[in-house]
Amino acid sequence: MKKKNSLLKKLANKAYEFGFVSKIKTDIIETGLNEDTVRLISEKKNEPEWLLEFRLQAYRHWLTLDMPTWAHLEIPSIDYQAISYYADPLKKNKENKNKEIDPELMKTFEKLGIPLEERLALSGTAVDAVMDSVSVKTTFKEELKEKGIIFCSMSEAIQEYPDLVRQYLGTVVNYRDNFYAALNTAVFSDGSFVYIPKGVRCPMELSTYFRINAANTGQFERTLIVADDDSYVSYLEGCTAPMRDENQLHAAIVEIVVMENAEVKYSTVQNWYPGDAEGKGGVYNFVTKRGDCRGRNSKLSWTQVETGSAITWKYPSCILRGDNSQGEFYSVALTNNYQQADTGTKMIHLGKNTRSTIISKGISAGKSQNSYRGLVRVSKNADGARNYSQCDSLLLGDKCGAHTFPYMDIHNNSAIVEHEATTSKISEDQLFYCNQRGIGTEEAIGLIVNGYAKEVLNKLPMEFAIEAQKLLSVSLEGAVG
Amino acid sequence: MGNEKEYIAIFDSHRELIDKPCARLLNTERAKALEIFKSSGFPGPKEENWLHTNVAKRFATDYGMNLGRVMAETGSHDIFICDVPNLNTHKAYIVNDSFRAADNKGKSLPQGVILDSLNEIAKKNPTLLEPYYNRLAGDGDSIAQFNTTFTQDGIVLYIPKNTTVEETIQIVALLQSNVEMMSNRRLLIILEENSKASLLLCDHSSLQKQTLSTQVTEIFIGRGASLDMYEVEETALTNTRLGHIFVHQDRDSRFKHSNITLTNGFTRNYVEVRLEGEGAETSINGLAIGDKKQHIDNRTIVDHKVSHCTSNELYKYILDEESTGVFAGRMLIRPGAQHSVSEQTNRNLCLTSCAHMYAQPQLEIYADDVKCSHGSTVGQLDENALFYMQQRGVPADEARHLLMYAFAGEVIEHIGIEALRDRLHMLVEKRFRGELNRCKGCNLCK
Repeated sequence: MKKKNSLLKKLANKAYEFGFVSKIKTDIIETGLNEDTVRLISEKKNEPEWLLEFRLQAYRHWLTLDMPTWAHLEIPSIDYQAISYYADPLKKNKENKNKEIDPELMKTFEKLGIPLEERLALSGTAVDAVMDSVSVKTTFKEELKEKGIIFCSMSEAIQEYPDLVRQYLGTVVNYRDNFYAALNTAVFSDGSFVYIPKGVRCPMELSTYFRINAANTGQFERTLIVADDDSYVSYLEGCTAPMRDENQLHAAIVEIVVMENAEVKYSTVQNWYPGDAEGKGGVYNFVTKRGDCRGRNSKLSWTQVETGSAITWKYPSCILRGDNSQGEFYSVALTNNYQQADTGTKMIHLGKNTRSTIISKGISAGKSQNSYRGLVRVSKNADGARNYSQCDSLLLGDKCGAHTFPYMDIHNNSAIVEHEATTSKISEDQLFYCNQRGIGTEEAIGLIVNGYAKEVLNKLPMEFAIEAQKLLSVSLEGAVG
Repeated sequence: MGNEKEYIAIFDSHRELIDKPCARLLNTERAKALEIFKSSGFPGPKEENWLHTNVAKRFATDYGMNLGRVMAETGSHDIFICDVPNLNTHKAYIVNDSFRAADNKGKSLPQGVILDSLNEIAKKNPTLLEPYYNRLAGDGDSIAQFNTTFTQDGIVLYIPKNTTVEETIQIVALLQSNVEMMSNRRLLIILEENSKASLLLCDHSSLQKQTLSTQVTEIFIGRGASLDMYEVEETALTNTRLGHIFVHQDRDSRFKHSNITLTNGFTRNYVEVRLEGEGAETSINGLAIGDKKQHIDNRTIVDHKVSHCTSNELYKYILDEESTGVFAGRMLIRPGAQHSVSEQTNRNLCLTSCAHMYAQPQLEIYADDVKCSHGSTVGQLDENALFYMQQRGVPADEARHLLMYAFAGEVIEHIGIEALRDRLHMLVEKRFRGELNRCKGCNLCK
C-alpha cells in the first residue's frame, strides 16, 4: 500500500513536459467574435472574396446553433466572446516585406523536438509547424515540389493555389455539419494543405506540428489533404500547449479527399495540455475530422493516440463512397486525473464491397471518464459491406469510468457487421506473474498497457510509435494503485 | 410540443370522470405524473433515446379512450382461450385496460397470494400498495408518465413471504373495440422475501382498427425471491404497443425475462432492471421476428447499483421484408459496484435490403474490478451452410427455415417451462412458414 501511495504521489508531481510558455512577440486581435472579426481575419490573410463570403455564411449559420450536448462529457459553459480568434507570432520585417522567424520561436520548436532547419531534421519527414493561428515554417517544400506534391500552409495555398483549394474546401466537412465545424469555418486561421498528384507516392512522411502559445486564444486550424488517383501519402500530426490555469479552445477541421486507388494514412499523437491533477486548466479539443474515399479501391486509415486535452470530442470518420474502398480507425485514448474523452469514429458505407475496421483501446485512470462512440452505417446500396469493430477498455482505479456507445445502422441485407467490446481492469494474474519474475509493479503495468495498445501502436510510423509509447508510459506512471 | 396538448386538454376536461372510479392512490400519483408529462411532452424524433422510433406520431390518431369505464360486452374468457398444451396455468385477463377474472375451474392460488384488479385492491388495501405503486415508474420517461396520468386499472400480483406459486400465472391482455382505441394498463407485481413464481404475459389483438396500448409494469423482487417472466406479443399491424417494465431487485433475488415478439405493428419495449441488493441476478432475453412494415424497438437498462451482481442479456432479431429493428442495451455499473459481471449479446439477421437494423449496445462503467462485455452483429444466413444442406437434398427454402429456426432457438432455450418452450418452437416455426400463428382453440382465428 505504501508503495502504491508513493507511486500515486509521483504521478501527481509529474509535470507536463511541454507546458512551458515561449516569450514571443505576438500580434493578437481583440477578444470577441462578430462579423467584423471574421472580416478582420480574412483581411489579415489577404483572402479572396469567395472565401470571406464562405466564412460569413458559416458564421451566420453558427449563430443559429447551440453547443452539442449529446456526448458523455461535462463541458463547462464556454464564453466565445472571451477568446481571441487570431494570434500571429511572426513579426513582420517591413523592409523586405518577408516574414522572418523569431529566433525564440525557432528555439521553441527545437525544445519541442521539431527542428525547423532541414539539415537538422530527421530524414524522411517534412514538417509544417503551426503556432497559434499561423504556420511558422514548412520544411522540404522544394524537394516535394519536384514531384509535383504541394505541401504548404493553408494561407499560402489560398494565395497560390486558389482554384485547388476552392474545389475541395468544405466538400468533406460542410460548415452546416456541426457547431464546431461552423465556428472553425468562420474563423479558421491556418493549417496545412497537401495535394498529391496522380500516380505519385509521397517519398517522405508529411507532418504538421500544432502549438498553442498565446494566452486567451483558441486555435482553429484547418487541414485539407487531397490524394489524387493512384497516389499515396502518410501524414502525421502532433500538438502541445503550455500549462495554464484557464481552459483553451481548439476546434479544428481536417478534410481528406481520397481518389481512385489512392491511399492516405493519417496519424495523430494528441498531447495538448490535459490540465493539472485537480482538473484545473487544459485544452478543450473539439475537432471534426473526416475523409471521403471518393474513388474505387481508395483507402483511408486513421490512427490516433490521444493522451492530452482536458476534454476531447473527436470522431475521425470515413465516407466509403467508392466501390471497394476501405476505411480503418485505430485508436488509443488514455485519460487520467479529471480528463474527459468522448472519441470514436464513423464509418459510412455507401459503395459496394466497402470494408472498415475499428480498433479502439481506451485506458482510464484517476477520476477520468473515457468513452468510445462510433457509428457504422451501411446504406441501402452498399452491397457486400463488411465491418469489424473491437472496443476494449481498461480501468485503472475505481474512481474512473469507461464507456462504450457503438451505433449500428444497417440498411442492406448483404452487410456483415460485427462489434465487440470488453471492459476490465489490469489482470491481477499478469501483474503477479511479472512481479514474480522481478519486474516492478509500475514497469509491469507499462508492459501490460503497451501490450494492450500494441495493435494500434503498430500502425503508427516508426518515430511516432516510439514517441507514443513513451507518452503512454509517462501518462501512466504510478497511475495504478 | 405536438399533440400532447390535445391529450392534456382531454384530461383537463374529463378529470372528474377519470378520477371518480379510481382509488385515491392512483389519483394522487396521476396528479404528479401529469405535471411531469405537461413539462416534457411526447419525446421528439431527435431525442437520443427515441432516434429511430417516432412515437409522437403514433399518438396522432384520434383514439377512443374508455374513460367512463364501460365494460366490454362479453367476458373475454368465453371467446378466447390462449392455450398452451400440457401447461396448466392460472389465468387472469386484462380486456383493454380493465381487469377481468377468469374461470380457473375451482383451482386456487396459495393462501395470501393476490391476483386481482389493481384499482380494487388499491381501494380495499391501500397500505399494501402504497410503498410500491409508481415508486419505480415515477422516474420513468414521458410515456410512462402518460400511462400513470391516464391509467385507471390493471392487475396486481402479490406473493407473500416464503410462498411458492407452482402453477404458472398467465395474464392475457386483450384489445376489444369497434373503433380506434387506446388503452393504458398497469401491472404491479410484488414478490416478498423468498417467494417464487413464474408468469406468462400474452398480448393479443387482431383488430383491424388502429389501436395503441401503453403498459407499465412495476416489479419488486424481495430478498431471495425469484421471478420468471415470459412475454409473448401476437398483435396486428394496426397495433402500437409501448411497454415499460421497471424491476427492483433485492439481495440474492433472481429475475428472468424473455420477450418474444412474434407478430406486431409498432412496438417499443423498455426494460429497466435496478440491481439494488448484492448477489442479485438478472437475465433478460428477447426475440423479435419482423416482416411487412413491422417496427420493433427493444431498449434495456441494467443498472448495477451495488457490488456482486450478475446480469446477462441476449437479444435476437430476424428482419424480413420492410421491417425495422432497433436495439439499445445499456449496462450501467455504478461507482462502487465492484465484482459486477455483465454480458450482453445482440445478434441480428437482415433478410432483405429493405429491412433496417439499428443496434446500440452500450457499456457505462464506473468501477474497475468488473467483467463486462458486449457483442453485436448484423449479418445474413451462412451461404456455406445453405449450400451444404442443399447438396444433401434439403430444398433451399427448408434449409433457410432450418437455419432461422436454429438462430431463434437460442433465445427460446432460455425459457424455463418446457411446455411453453415447445409451444414457442412451434409458433416460431409456423411464423417462418407464413402460417397462422394464433393459438389453437381461439375463436378469433377460426
